[in-house]
Formats: sequence, structure tokens, C-alpha cells
Amino acid sequence: MPERVLLDWLYVAVFAVVGVVMATLPLGIVWLLAPRVELPQKRMTYESGVVPFGQAWAQFNIRYYLFALIFVLFEVEVIYLFPWAVVFRQLGKFAFIEAVLFIVILGMGLIYAWRKGALEWV
Amino acid sequence: MNWFVEILKAILLTVVLFTFLAVVAAMLGVLAERKISGWIQSRLGPKHVGPQGLLQTVADTVKLLQKEHITPLNADALTFNIAPVMVVVAALLAWMIIPFGPAFGRVLVVRDINIGLLFFIAMASLIVIGILLGGWSSNNKYALLGGFRAASQMISYEIPLALAMMVPIMMAGTLSTVGIVEAQAGGTLDMGNWFIFGGRFQWRGVIPSVIAFAMFLTAATAETNRVPFDLPEAESELVAGFFTEYTGMRFALFQLGEYAEAFAMAALASVLFLGGWHGPVLPGVAWFFIKMFALVFFLMWVRWTYPRLRFDQLLNLSWKGLVPLGFLLVLLTGWLLV
Repeated sequence: MPERVLLDWLYVAVFAVVGVVMATLPLGIVWLLAPRVELPQKRMTYESGVVPFGQAWAQFNIRYYLFALIFVLFEVEVIYLFPWAVVFRQLGKFAFIEAVLFIVILGMGLIYAWRKGALEWV
Repeated sequence: MNWFVEILKAILLTVVLFTFLAVVAAMLGVLAERKISGWIQSRLGPKHVGPQGLLQTVADTVKLLQKEHITPLNADALTFNIAPVMVVVAALLAWMIIPFGPAFGRVLVVRDINIGLLFFIAMASLIVIGILLGGWSSNNKYALLGGFRAASQMISYEIPLALAMMVPIMMAGTLSTVGIVEAQAGGTLDMGNWFIFGGRFQWRGVIPSVIAFAMFLTAATAETNRVPFDLPEAESELVAGFFTEYTGMRFALFQLGEYAEAFAMAALASVLFLGGWHGPVLPGVAWFFIKMFALVFFLMWVRWTYPRLRFDQLLNLSWKGLVPLGFLLVLLTGWLLV
């Protein structure tokens, strides 16, 4: 079996590499066909037609960082649930009760975050 | 096993799949979108290029190939040019695990990877990284906001998407897409065992899979940034969102990536819930395409039915609605099937 798995990932690697080549191909055609006229205004940043005001790379508050933290938590929970979902019918009631405990504990975490106002968009 | 032959086969398959995506997802998809939008709004849509406007997107592609390749002076040139390629490649990789149906004595699928669904989720979130890269490297305020919106949307809707997948996984007991479709074989008219009709669990399977199907479609619409969840490219507030600065072919690559992902989501929904290639009378591959196009049509229909959500509504729908509902759904499925 391991050789088949290895072959799966060989395909993924070949797809990634050849995919990049295929996706760059039209850009190559553009490089051959498209006109090139240098104008300073053409390469200006678009800002609804007015002269751009400063840069976009400024510091500002990413307000959903709390959501990002909760996301990491629950994404890990979901990853743990995947192998459980595959085998739980063979393991029976015991596995089901374990999953209930697991989800309830993390569910309480979600309720805690909710009550603390981490899920509010301010 | 001859590795050299396998690599050649893989290269050939990449070219075939890429061409398939460019023709079906991008060209046919964009044309269908414009035509259906037209009909819903009581107009005709494109109709002058070719019979009934069938060649409109071909003409558009030829036009886009001749457009100048402009990289803004303030942009981060390297990441700016990598981003659209990354979106396309991630969408292409996501298509690797989609089974088309039986033909020539085997199942038409690039690779039936044993952790297929997990791989699909990983590739679907790679697309968002491409979008975020494009938005940030443009050094344009609209693009930056669009990129950040895409990122926050992705982290909000990936969990409901994965939880909705959990129901068919629990019913089939495998992560391989071919395995899931094979678990839905048989029944009345070869339709009775589709998971949406309960699979082999009768009514105990119907309840969770109907809820999961609705949840999957909602989360998939959000993951592919389609209306009503199109905040990253909201044209009435952010010009074009993350691809404001993109011109010509790189713009087309973004479109190709987006449509390929939307089609992949539709195909996966039919694999997970609608029995994949199973169905009466018609050959399997035909059934797969009928189901996929029906779901794509549904996505386009939704586009002209619901207005765009506000940002806090979008987050509330996921974190206070779909995420708790998803965990309850997993528990309910476990309780019904154990």
C-alpha cells in the first residue's frame, strides 16, 4: 500500500509543478502579443481617479484577530473529528460518548467566547 | 512500477484537467453566468458573437491575451504576479480528487487519494492565501480591504464547510471521494441510496444529510466568494476588491480560479450528497455532469435572489449560527447512526 500512497503524492507534486507552467503559459503569450507603451500615469495605483493618498501598507487594527484565534481552536477540533468520523461506526457507543464529551467541552469554550463578547463585530 | 511512465501520465493528466477547467469552468461557466443573469433580469445576455453568443467568452479570452501586462509602480511585483497563478494552481489541485464516473472499466478520477476530502479542504483554503497575497501586494486600499475580507470570510466558513462534510464521511466511513460515491450505490432506480435520501440508513440518514447539504451549499458559496457572500470583491463599495489592480490575463486567471473553485464545490456537493455518478438509465458521467451543472445553476440563481450581506451579519451567520449548528449536527448524526 505505501507505494500507492507515494504515487498519490507524486501526482500531487507533478500537478503543482505542471499547473504552474500551464498557468504561466498565457502570461507568456501576453508577453509576446501585447503592446508595451510606457506612461507614468498607467502604472499609478488606482484610487477612483484621484491621485493616490499615501500607501496602502499602513498599520491598522485588524479587528477580527479574536475570530482568528477562535478559528485556530475550532479548526484543530475539526481535524481531530475527521479520523473519528471515519471509524466511529466500527467503535460503537464508546466512541460516540467520547466525541460528545469532546464537543461539549469545546462547545462550552464557544459559549464562553460568545458571552465575553469575542464574537461581536465592534 | 515504472516511475517514468507515471510521471508522464501525470503530466498528461494535468494538461487534460487544466484544459477541461479552462473550457468548462471558465469559458462555459462565464457564458452560462452571463446568459442566466440575462434571463433572470429579462434581457438576452450576450448574443452577437457566434450562434446565440456561444463564442462570446472565446472572443473575450482572445481580447484579454492582447492586453498590456501592467504592474503598478507601488506594488510588490513578485507577489503581485505570483498570486493569480497560485489561485489557479490551488483550484486545479482541488479538482484532483473529484471522480467523474465509470468509463473504460475504471473510475475517471485523477487520483483517489485516501484522505481526499481533507486534501480538498486544504487546497480550497490555499486559494484564499492567493487572494490575500494579491490584495496585499497591490498596495491599493480597495484591494487590501478586499484581501482582508476574503481572509476573514475564509476562516469563518471553513469550519461549517468541514462540519457539513462530516455527515457523509460518518455515513460512508471513508475520506476517499470514490469510496463515498460507492457507498451510495443501489436502491430504487440507483437513486434510493443517495445520502440526501438517507443512504442505507433510511429516515435516520435523511434528517442530518438534508441539514448538512443546506449548510454545505451556504458555506461553499461563502468560500468561493459568490453573492450573497461576495464582500471581498463587492463592486459597489470596493471597486473590484482584491483584483482592482489586475489587468488582462492575470485578471482572467483570477476568474478561472474562482470559477474552477465554484465548479469544484458543486461537483463535490453532488459527490457527497447526490450520489456522484449514480442515477437511472443515463451513463454515470452524464449524471455527474447533470448534477454538477444543476448545482452551478442553483449558485447562479442564488446570486440574483439575495442581496449582499453586511460584514457583521456574515460573521454572525457563521459563528453564532452555522458553527454551533454544525457541532450539534455531528452529535445528532452520531446519535442516529451509532
